[in-house]
Amino acid sequence: MTRTFLARNPSVLIFLLILSLFTLGVTVLSEAYGVAFLSTSFIKTLGKTLCLCLAALAMDLIWGYAGILSLGHMAFFALGGYMIGMWLMYARTEGIVITALSNEALPATAQEIQNGIAAQIFGVVGASELPPVWLFAHSLPLQLMLVVLVPGLLALIFGWLAFRSRVTGVYLSILTQAMTLALALYLFQNDSGLRGNNGLSGLQNIPGLDGVSQDRVSVWFLWASAAALGLGYLLVAWVVSGKFGSVIRAIRDDEARVRFLGYSVEGYKLFVFTLTAIIAAIAGALYYPQAGIINPAELAPIASIYLAVWVAIGGRGRLYGAVIGAAFVSLLSSWFTGGRAPSINLGFYTINWVDWWLILLGLSFVGVTLFAPKGIGGLVDLWQGLRSPDRKGADLGPGDGALLEKEAKK
Amino acid sequence: MSNFKGALLASAIAMTAGQAIAQDETIKIGVLHSLSGSMAISETTLKDVMLMLIAEQNAKGGVLGKQLEAVVVDPASDWPLFAEKARELMTVSNVDVMFGCWTSVSRKSVLPVIEELNGLLFYPVQYEGEESSKNVFYTGAAPNQQAIPATDYFLEELGVEKFALLGTDYVYPRTTNNILDSYLKSKGIAEADIFVNYTPFGHSDWSKIVADVVALGADGKKVGVISTINGDANIGFYKELAAAGISADDIPVVAFSVGEEELSGLDTSNLVGHLAAWNYFQSAESELNTEWIAKWKTFADENRVFNDPMEAHVIGFNLWVQAVEAAGTTDVDAVRSAMYGLETPNLTGGIAKMLPNHHLTKPVLIGEIRADGQFDIVSSTDPVPGDAWTDFLPESAVLEADWAELDCGMYNTETKTCVQIKSNY
Amino acid sequence: MRAAFAAVLFALLSLIPFGSLAQTGPVVADVPFAAAIVEENRAQIEKPSRQTIGPVIAALAASGDPQALVILSAWANRGLGIRKSDGAFVLIAEAEGGYALRTLDGTDAGIAPRADITELRPNAGVRGVIATALVQFQLNDPDRARRADALTTIARDPAPELLAPLRASIEAETDPALRAQKDRLNRLLTLRFDPDSATRIAAIESFAGDLGLDLRGALNPLLAVTRRAAPLGTEIEGNIARDLQPGSDLTETEAYDLLVAANLAPARLTTAELKASLAANIVDGAVAGIPLADLNTQSARNRAYTALEVVGSVPVAATDEEVTQIVADHHFVETYSEPDTAVTSAAQDVLTGIEVKLAAMQMADLALDALSLASIYFLAAIGLAITFGVMRVINMAHGEFIMMGAYTGYVVQLFIPNYTLSLIVALPLAFLVTFLAGVAMERLVIRHLYKRPLETLLATFGISIALQQLAKNIFGTQARPLTSPAWLDGALSFNDIVSISYIRVAIFVLAILFLLFFLWLMNRTRLGLEVRAVTQNPSMAASMGINPDRINMLTFGLGSGIAGIAGIAIGLFAQVTSEIGQAYIVQSFMTVVVGGVGNIWGTLAGALMIGTLQKGIEFLNPSNTLAAQTYMILFIILFIQFRPRGIIALKGRAAGD
Repeated sequence: MTRTFLARNPSVLIFLLILSLFTLGVTVLSEAYGVAFLSTSFIKTLGKTLCLCLAALAMDLIWGYAGILSLGHMAFFALGGYMIGMWLMYARTEGIVITALSNEALPATAQEIQNGIAAQIFGVVGASELPPVWLFAHSLPLQLMLVVLVPGLLALIFGWLAFRSRVTGVYLSILTQAMTLALALYLFQNDSGLRGNNGLSGLQNIPGLDGVSQDRVSVWFLWASAAALGLGYLLVAWVVSGKFGSVIRAIRDDEARVRFLGYSVEGYKLFVFTLTAIIAAIAGALYYPQAGIINPAELAPIASIYLAVWVAIGGRGRLYGAVIGAAFVSLLSSWFTGGRAPSINLGFYTINWVDWWLILLGLSFVGVTLFAPKGIGGLVDLWQGLRSPDRKGADLGPGDGALLEKEAKK
Repeated sequence: MSNFKGALLASAIAMTAGQAIAQDETIKIGVLHSLSGSMAISETTLKDVMLMLIAEQNAKGGVLGKQLEAVVVDPASDWPLFAEKARELMTVSNVDVMFGCWTSVSRKSVLPVIEELNGLLFYPVQYEGEESSKNVFYTGAAPNQQAIPATDYFLEELGVEKFALLGTDYVYPRTTNNILDSYLKSKGIAEADIFVNYTPFGHSDWSKIVADVVALGADGKKVGVISTINGDANIGFYKELAAAGISADDIPVVAFSVGEEELSGLDTSNLVGHLAAWNYFQSAESELNTEWIAKWKTFADENRVFNDPMEAHVIGFNLWVQAVEAAGTTDVDAVRSAMYGLETPNLTGGIAKMLPNHHLTKPVLIGEIRADGQFDIVSSTDPVPGDAWTDFLPESAVLEADWAELDCGMYNTETKTCVQIKSNY
Repeated sequence: MRAAFAAVLFALLSLIPFGSLAQTGPVVADVPFAAAIVEENRAQIEKPSRQTIGPVIAALAASGDPQALVILSAWANRGLGIRKSDGAFVLIAEAEGGYALRTLDGTDAGIAPRADITELRPNAGVRGVIATALVQFQLNDPDRARRADALTTIARDPAPELLAPLRASIEAETDPALRAQKDRLNRLLTLRFDPDSATRIAAIESFAGDLGLDLRGALNPLLAVTRRAAPLGTEIEGNIARDLQPGSDLTETEAYDLLVAANLAPARLTTAELKASLAANIVDGAVAGIPLADLNTQSARNRAYTALEVVGSVPVAATDEEVTQIVADHHFVETYSEPDTAVTSAAQDVLTGIEVKLAAMQMADLALDALSLASIYFLAAIGLAITFGVMRVINMAHGEFIMMGAYTGYVVQLFIPNYTLSLIVALPLAFLVTFLAGVAMERLVIRHLYKRPLETLLATFGISIALQQLAKNIFGTQARPLTSPAWLDGALSFNDIVSISYIRVAIFVLAILFLLFFLWLMNRTRLGLEVRAVTQNPSMAASMGINPDRINMLTFGLGSGIAGIAGIAIGLFAQVTSEIGQAYIVQSFMTVVVGGVGNIWGTLAGALMIGTLQKGIEFLNPSNTLAAQTYMILFIILFIQFRPRGIIALKGRAAGD
């Protein structure tokens, strides 16, 4: 099955090959395992970019293939990060507290250790009790399960409610946006038990790996992120390749017709929505230990819109497009805002890219949507000699599906 | 596509290589302030101050015979990006010291990185305390240098008996209010006489909260507001306060995050008499202050104001220059040991001294808002030594920070042990 | 003569029990009296503190020297300074080239530059003390403003000694408003400070049904209670408010803490103390025979402590049963701080009498707040109701049009300093600017995307972030002032509870005007007819001779223009920053969606629902405004699930999909 699947989709093989070459290359150039050409901070950036690519892949599946423009997938991404972050913080603090308490005359009680951890984690936000949501934080396996379960369940419930009442199109987009906004506002509250605006921090220090330098840890995470991206790509490519893929594409193109054909449209949509939420959550769980800190600002509606923009710029409806878009825009963005891009002196005015980059980015969305709906991925078509029908011109007949003037001339 | 990845890699290589060339010719100073995003409003001016200080020092011949070079990055008000940029500054740009951060969360984001890489950061903003990192010098006020004296002023000078603690919902107001709550109770203020409210960043709909505050007066006690409301949200708050006709004589408001910069966004004629507590006011009368304001206005723009965190950067930078010259090197540990006990004049008069807990001695000034957006200083104290761990929370009262003698930022004076060397993030 | 007068006064003054003057010794005869007092207390006056300055001010006020009053009021109004050259106190007044100086006895001392004078700035607390000291001289002042000031001071800091001068001044008061105020203040002071119980009760009862905040401020301190405890069988002295039952009125822990505070019971052993006692009794790696390694549970520690108790090496701690027993052996009451029972019950009656009315007024105030918030949301959303509701174009840059409007208002104020005039200019100008921006956007971008709504969303989002950054580049990141004209300052107060600021009233009126404008435009004009036609069926409309391009352009411009005006309104009551639009965009979309797309009444209903809901949740949880916003959005999400087409859904073909 897999064999024939790969044979039918050579692009998947090419992608995996490039990904492994890239990972190998970075490893060879890293400080820890190679010639020390790439700085650790750049390796972290690359690792994080791979995670963003995975999230973009999920976005492409839900938007590019199933036609649902979700503006809330970064909520799942961040939730995944929060779930792993809780364990990272708890376990690291536990180590510190146990060491500190071992200096005392009496051996510490379990309650004292718990109180010590709570005071350490919540002391900075003016509380000293461990909220109930931290119930499983002591256990890595349980918390890893929550990485999948919490975002998955949220997506399942939200999706079930939304698809059941046939909320579609832009309404669904606004609703998902409201969802991520509500979640962000909820997490912003201190009372939510996840440290409010401060979020969870110090996540780059992996418990149990105190002796290992960040140079190494960053490469390990790069490997893990690359593996996750590779597996995610395989999974998504497999999902969209078979009959299932045809159905969800059909839903994108005409939902009503698919429903008349007897398919359970809601079921398909719900499955894709939940699956992509889980993929995004896993990406997030790998991303935040590299970023080091997670806080509710990560769930702001704008983050999810950026995700959509990456997919749009990369080229939606093709998986490698999403990956290219995410990698290209996020790396470019960090280059421009890093103050490294040379300023342009126009004589009367100096264009400082820190100030003008966002304007450039904003206008490029407009450009891409207007003139290159296929995004960067469209270049591949150009290279392969594929041409899309030119759909410009006036309608020849009534209804949206009618031939357009220029098509008819061909 | 492979071409694309190749290009990417090439650009990355070029990026890294480019930075490796110019080493050792200059002393590099990292400036880690947001120049875009929501915090740019406050932080951009701090970057400008740093550029002015560095230019001035270079004109004097630099430090240790070398010129200073500013490496400015933009963490864009994005907290994870602060950590990333800090790592980049230290490992790629190889800066010797960093001046930066504003919000507590950005500092907490940077902390693990600088502690891992043994960097040096000067943090210029008043903050909630409960921290003393080996690698950070806190040149802003700790709670005992701002919040506690201001509360004392309310209790003693204004006779306030009932308190409304209004804050933006984030760590600085939360912790400060927590400390104040405990402090007020120790002063005999009952639980029921402390009203607490938290609002989101940029909140604009204040009518109900202001009405709630007015209603507090119903039991005949004098009401005072302690505001830790941050940034833009203050404008709507003060506008509503003015509209409700609340004069400073009826319900005084003291703010910890409102300075000259924030007031430039509104008409203050209806707010005359309300208060702010800082360690610096532009209106302070001293020759040094007049000189600095003049320098700043020539460097930046006639309309720009000078404020407390900017003074903190001036003091921090002066101390760093002194320490480097005393140590004869920019090595972090050497500079750190040279820092303790160094002194430099405050712009408002008096001397700022660096303490072994990485905090400064600072005078506490309380100012009343004037119609022109400046402050009349109505109370000033002698320099107060900053206290990293507050005395008003039971679990912090036993803690002490001393990096000179004890080499520990979180030392339990009861058990006589160092609780931990690294900070809580 | 003059010296004799001074001597008599001095004798009188030394009767005042305050120390500072009595210690100062004889006064040099040729220095005027008030000036001498000031000079004697130089240190205190230079750096006054409310808690210690009282005697000095009292001495000045009682000195009888008319110049003392001048000095006092000058001091309070920052008219007192110190000449740096000789350290002399001088009265200062703004003048050309610095300050016009007068010495303390009132003689002219020329003009000095500002730099030569240190202005004294007493803090608000000290100013309050001065004002209270001056009250008795101002109550009968011929200047009405001074009398009004005196009354404000009394209301602010009521004190027993002010009662007599206030009463004495009522008869002579000619101004009816001030007289009413004096009368009210008299009754308020009487009910608190009059020695006669019957007079106090009469004063209290005269206020029956009154909602004033000052009244509640006077009555509630009388009813302040303290909790006290005593062993059973012992009477508790004082005006008892009620008995407290441990378990129902106060918890057992609270009851026991009360006993501990009153020294009626020993303090409880805390876990920390227990731990410390155990640590102090470690013998050979064990405590009372229990090895240290086993002491890692609380129960083991308790056992060890009990074992130590038995041996007698630690004090006996109260067990839970003992605590219960001790609490049961005592009774607990709340007592009023006011000893007079008749007064407290009269005060209680008046407060109980206004309870219902008070609650109703609070609800009314909340309703006004909700209405105001709804009108702000409505105003922010009305432009969207046109572009999204009627044209079905998702314009994520709508918030940035609001921002453009607000900045237009700011720029206009830069050029026209008169706030009223600038507002009159700014409103149409903001409309024009955003109208043109809207038309440009429609022509350049949106026109090409009518068939691709999701992509409109992305493209307009791109425009949104570009515009936002552009605003930051032009105007900087600081908030910019947009000041309302003076006639919009202040608030419309119905009573001490129900009030709303005029600026919010103005926004409300503006929202109503736009609602009417929208209704008129859509239902009564040719343009409205054409807009509706184009929206329902563009090709049919086109064949009827309507130019759909032109109509789309105009409609979009109109929606954007209204956003611009909303921007000015929002900027007037909140802050003008480049992020002003972001704060409203999601809420605005939700207002339109919740209300029902394509119907202005729906948008109105949506705004009302969101406003009311938010204020309602804020009322239930006043300490956390963020929670209100969170639950409001959560509610909206759920609401849309069950009513996907909003409150007022279009029916039939017009509904489309």
